[in-house]
Amino acid sequence: MALIKLKRGYDLNLAGKIARDISREAIATAPLGKTVAVVPDDFEGIIPRMEKKVGDHVVVGEPLYHDKNHESIKVTSPVSGTVTEVRRGERRKIEAIVIEPDGNQDRRTFDTKGSVKTLLLESGLWAMMRQRPYDIVPSPEVAPRDIAVTAFDSAPLAPSLLDILGDDKKYIARGIEALKTLTEGDVLVGAREGDSFDAGSAVVNHFKGPHPAGNAGVQLANVKPVNKGETVWTLDIVTVARLGKLLESGKLSTDTVVALVGSEVSEPKLIKAVMGQEISTLVKGELKESKAEPRIISGNVLTGVKVEAEGYLRAPYRQITVIPEVAHPDEFMGWASLSTKKFSVYRDFIGTIFGLDKKEHRLDAKINGGERAIVMSGEYDRMLPMDILAEFLIKAIISRDIDKMEQLGIYEVAPEDFALAEMACTSKLELQRIVREGLNYLRSEME
Amino acid sequence: MQFLRKYLNKIKPQFRPGGKFAKLESVFDGFETFLFTPNTTASARGVHVHDNNDMKRTMSTVIVALLPCLLMAMLNIGYQHFHAIGQPEAGWGAMFLFGLLAMLPVIVVSYAVGLGIEFIAAQIHHKEIQEGFLVTGLLIPLIVPINTPLWMTAVATAFAVIFAKEVFGGTGMNIFNVALITRAFLFFAYPSKMSGDAAFVKVDSALGYGGGTVVDGFSGATPLGEVATNVGDTLAHPTSLVDAFVGFIPGSPGETSMIAILIGAAILLITGIASWRVMLSVFAGGFAMASLAHALPSATYPASLLDPCTQLCLGGFAFAAVFMATDPVTGARTKTGQYIYGFLVGVLAILIRVYNGGYPEGAMLAVLFMNAFAPLIDYCVVQSNINRRLKRAKAAGEQ
Repeated sequence: MALIKLKRGYDLNLAGKIARDISREAIATAPLGKTVAVVPDDFEGIIPRMEKKVGDHVVVGEPLYHDKNHESIKVTSPVSGTVTEVRRGERRKIEAIVIEPDGNQDRRTFDTKGSVKTLLLESGLWAMMRQRPYDIVPSPEVAPRDIAVTAFDSAPLAPSLLDILGDDKKYIARGIEALKTLTEGDVLVGAREGDSFDAGSAVVNHFKGPHPAGNAGVQLANVKPVNKGETVWTLDIVTVARLGKLLESGKLSTDTVVALVGSEVSEPKLIKAVMGQEISTLVKGELKESKAEPRIISGNVLTGVKVEAEGYLRAPYRQITVIPEVAHPDEFMGWASLSTKKFSVYRDFIGTIFGLDKKEHRLDAKINGGERAIVMSGEYDRMLPMDILAEFLIKAIISRDIDKMEQLGIYEVAPEDFALAEMACTSKLELQRIVREGLNYLRSEME
Repeated sequence: MQFLRKYLNKIKPQFRPGGKFAKLESVFDGFETFLFTPNTTASARGVHVHDNNDMKRTMSTVIVALLPCLLMAMLNIGYQHFHAIGQPEAGWGAMFLFGLLAMLPVIVVSYAVGLGIEFIAAQIHHKEIQEGFLVTGLLIPLIVPINTPLWMTAVATAFAVIFAKEVFGGTGMNIFNVALITRAFLFFAYPSKMSGDAAFVKVDSALGYGGGTVVDGFSGATPLGEVATNVGDTLAHPTSLVDAFVGFIPGSPGETSMIAILIGAAILLITGIASWRVMLSVFAGGFAMASLAHALPSATYPASLLDPCTQLCLGGFAFAAVFMATDPVTGARTKTGQYIYGFLVGVLAILIRVYNGGYPEGAMLAVLFMNAFAPLIDYCVVQSNINRRLKRAKAAGEQ
């Protein structure tokens, strides 16, 4: 039990927040649309091999596909219904598995007496976990040193995970006891300062400070950093509660609560939904009238995925942010602006110097500049509360220098840890993509 | 600005591959992004919102910080000119006008040569034009003595941009500060034009304005030049600290006025563009070395007779500390490294100035020298991070 204060990082003040005092009963349920989809890209590290084909009937928790390298890792259906399409892209890569729900939500009954590991793998909850190194779905062959659970989401406009859970908070302790059987180390829970819930035998650390304090990598780095050769699993408290509920009832819950937020949403709110449901069922009629085209992001503005209007809710299935694509097109000499409203974390903007930017920002998706070589120093470090020389690590990754990557701590990081630095980068480099490619390269070289 | 946007959209195809002016694609891009913030939006994965700060903003902030120096340089060039030709009664307006006319050709040459090369390099690599030279192009006129022939400035600028920057890969990749390479090139290629009494005060006319002959008794030597030739245990011509502070002394255009430099420093520090760690430690290093030298005064090394504060106000020291040492590309990039780097720049600058009789100004060489060592300093700091990680892993392995 400790309170860890983090100084570095940044809390983006975006427009479109949810009013704080929401009662659980007031949360409406979104209508289940015509289709529901599972997107394999959401489960980094899994190469899908289909178990079901078009026309097959599935129930909730029934495997749709498994991993090519680890047949035991299954990704399961969030609804009961019929598989109507296996959408393929370039080189026949599976882009989405589309299921037409039958409306019954029949659920598969799991054997909860057996091993927790098998239950996780079979139910599809395994695929909701990630491992350090590489930030991929964990390999079942390696026992983790510890298991890290994040109990809050510090990303911009993110909902409180405990709000999302509501009454399901009571399953957390049960989930943690189950996870405890999978590691000889600890279950490390990272909670926000002031939050409390029954976490059973887990080691709970409280965190205070701006985003990315809620990231698993940042929490681990400040509690028990991941060393070369070690494996740590990471997951969020919602998945832990899901595991607890599964153990209690023998059925997999694929229900979720989604925060619909962002400057383009007329009334930001929480909505009950099902994993992988159509985006349109969640945002239809909820957007403001605006000249600017909306950008719908499944997730938050830092790590989320842009989805089309006909797209689906993507993992981790808890937030949709809508921002304008281009709020002010063709801005004349925007780089020279003396406006106090311009958003920047740097003091070469008047609003930042005089602290006039306390208002909520309506940011659009413009990059606001061209890609350049890294010129300014120290920009990444102030956004990353870890003992990592971010700029040197990024350069090692770009030059594919494996020794340097290892030495500079690539095993401790995930792309999401660099999201804030990417937002603030004067040279406009796509740091998350660079880190993801670096992790994948390292993994391909190591195996 | 709609008509301009429409006009650009209309002529844009001619600058695309296959168009009439395809060879000017990078130049067109450069001007287009200068005029209008690009509408490009973030990719589907990755961060969806970006800071408004970009390289254009960063570099133009440095230019704003340089403006006080530029204006004071113009005023002082006129002031020195009219004093040299025996017309000290000339008004401030005339002095400024003369300085403006004297500086303009140098600024034009510096930008024309440097940006020309940048445009060509960008087109060859099919890349966007980088903004780095916007700052370099203004630094060069401020550190090159005013009497340097324009063709020399042109040759030196071309040499520096090509061999100190483009061959390394352009802005962000260079090892040495480009403006200082220009100055060093001039210094070693044309030493007679770069020092002595005749280098720093413009006597002949500027674009047809002013001009005359030097009156008796006027010395165009820089205060440091005078100190270097001093004989005896006391300084014969002590420079007034007030003059040095305000800036009415002979010297390279940008370096003379401490007030202007301090305003620039304030802008750089308030906006956070320059590292306060570097700036502070350059002054600390310089002060420490100057104090040491002053504590052991010697007639052989007359600069040791200067008290530490005057030492820091004279010559190019302050200008180098504020605008040259803080160049993030060629300096140390780690926080710890920046303290070491800055301190050594300060120490070396005064060390060269005091104990190298042949060269009364050390700031330029000190920064260039430390540019070469910055990667080594960073290497050591990075290595300590690596060792910490190794040690941690070893401790975990032993448990």
